[in-house]
Amino acid sequence: MKKLRIVLDGMIKNNSTFVLLLGLCSILASSSTFSSAVGMGVAVTLVLIFTNVIISLIRKITPNDIRIPVFIVIIAAMVTIIQMLMKAFTPELALTLGVFLPLIVVNCIIMARAEVFASKNNPFDSFLDALGIGLGYILSIVALSLLREILGTGALRFVDPFTNSELFNITIFPSQYAIPLFAQNTGAFLMLGLMLATINAITAAVSARKAKKQAAAIPTKGGN
Amino acid sequence: MELIILIISSVLVSNIVLVRFLGICPFLGVSKNTKNALGMGMAAIFVVFFSSLLSYGLYYLVLAPLKLEYLALLSFILIIAAFVQFVEMFFKKFIPALYKALGIYLPLITTNCVVLGVALENISNGFTFWEMLVYSISVPIGFTLVLVLFSVIRERLDSLNKVPGPLKGTAIALIVTALLALAFTSFAGLI
Repeated sequence: MKKLRIVLDGMIKNNSTFVLLLGLCSILASSSTFSSAVGMGVAVTLVLIFTNVIISLIRKITPNDIRIPVFIVIIAAMVTIIQMLMKAFTPELALTLGVFLPLIVVNCIIMARAEVFASKNNPFDSFLDALGIGLGYILSIVALSLLREILGTGALRFVDPFTNSELFNITIFPSQYAIPLFAQNTGAFLMLGLMLATINAITAAVSARKAKKQAAAIPTKGGN
Repeated sequence: MELIILIISSVLVSNIVLVRFLGICPFLGVSKNTKNALGMGMAAIFVVFFSSLLSYGLYYLVLAPLKLEYLALLSFILIIAAFVQFVEMFFKKFIPALYKALGIYLPLITTNCVVLGVALENISNGFTFWEMLVYSISVPIGFTLVLVLFSVIRERLDSLNKVPGPLKGTAIALIVTALLALAFTSFAGLI
């Protein structure tokens, strides 16, 4: 139960995009299509899981003064491995992600989890935390890409990165009614801003309701 | 001529922040007032230029002859981190006035993806030495331009204090960025 809590906290309460506002570059850049969003999400999650576990395993023998350079080397090595694997097995996807694939190194969320969580907790918990944060990242980037691709092109397609063949291509509404702006760079900023505002509004409404409930509960207790 | 086109394209047409989505964190983080934005921009120009020079030299003089190209990412990030640390110490000791002005922005720059992004693109685009020099100075100039423009808008926006609750902070900042990006798309006709 407590273990599940770590995953859920990483996914929702510490959601990298909408709560911590970290690593927005790759979110904005790789969310133009659903396929690239899934690719980026999986790549970041893999790097997160491996780096978190490795850093957690060596946390007791890492001197405190040089821990940041140690983290950077581990993260950079991991990203290089993932980049090589993707260039070998999913060359088209690696081409689409472009410079953002090696730039996972400077994605603040990975460094932040290494510093905040993995350097203080045991490997299994660190694995769960990485899984949760990674799923939260996938959730945000996929949600943004779905909205952008559907509004921008009127259709949803997914390309299998291993064979580079189209797995599905569903037309949701005719493309002449689509707003191409959303598939472009401007749309990325606009849509992320609107999503953030929506989430802020929901959070505010939920906490207001909670406060109201508590305020209502106290007088009845007093009445008894 | 080609170098001039390269300058226009990297400052305006494919601006690093608005079109290429690099350096969003400092863009949203240090744009609350114009003075800080200018400081961050200057620090970025300095660090991007010199770390690109260092990483370009390392790649073509050391890594490529030794067939160690796969170490590029690992060595570039270390070079950048070490360089930023060195600059910080150097400024602190010898140019205290400059350190005071740029000091707090320097450590933040290590995690600025513009620095690593430009260093990697110099290699992946196969730039010659001169192209590399021009590219590594015009990209951070584009970054500074947009950062300062954006901070001016944001100062006005904050002083108006009319933003609806849920939009406050980053949400409205992103929407303003979208409008700025829309304005910058009109530069596309320049080339």
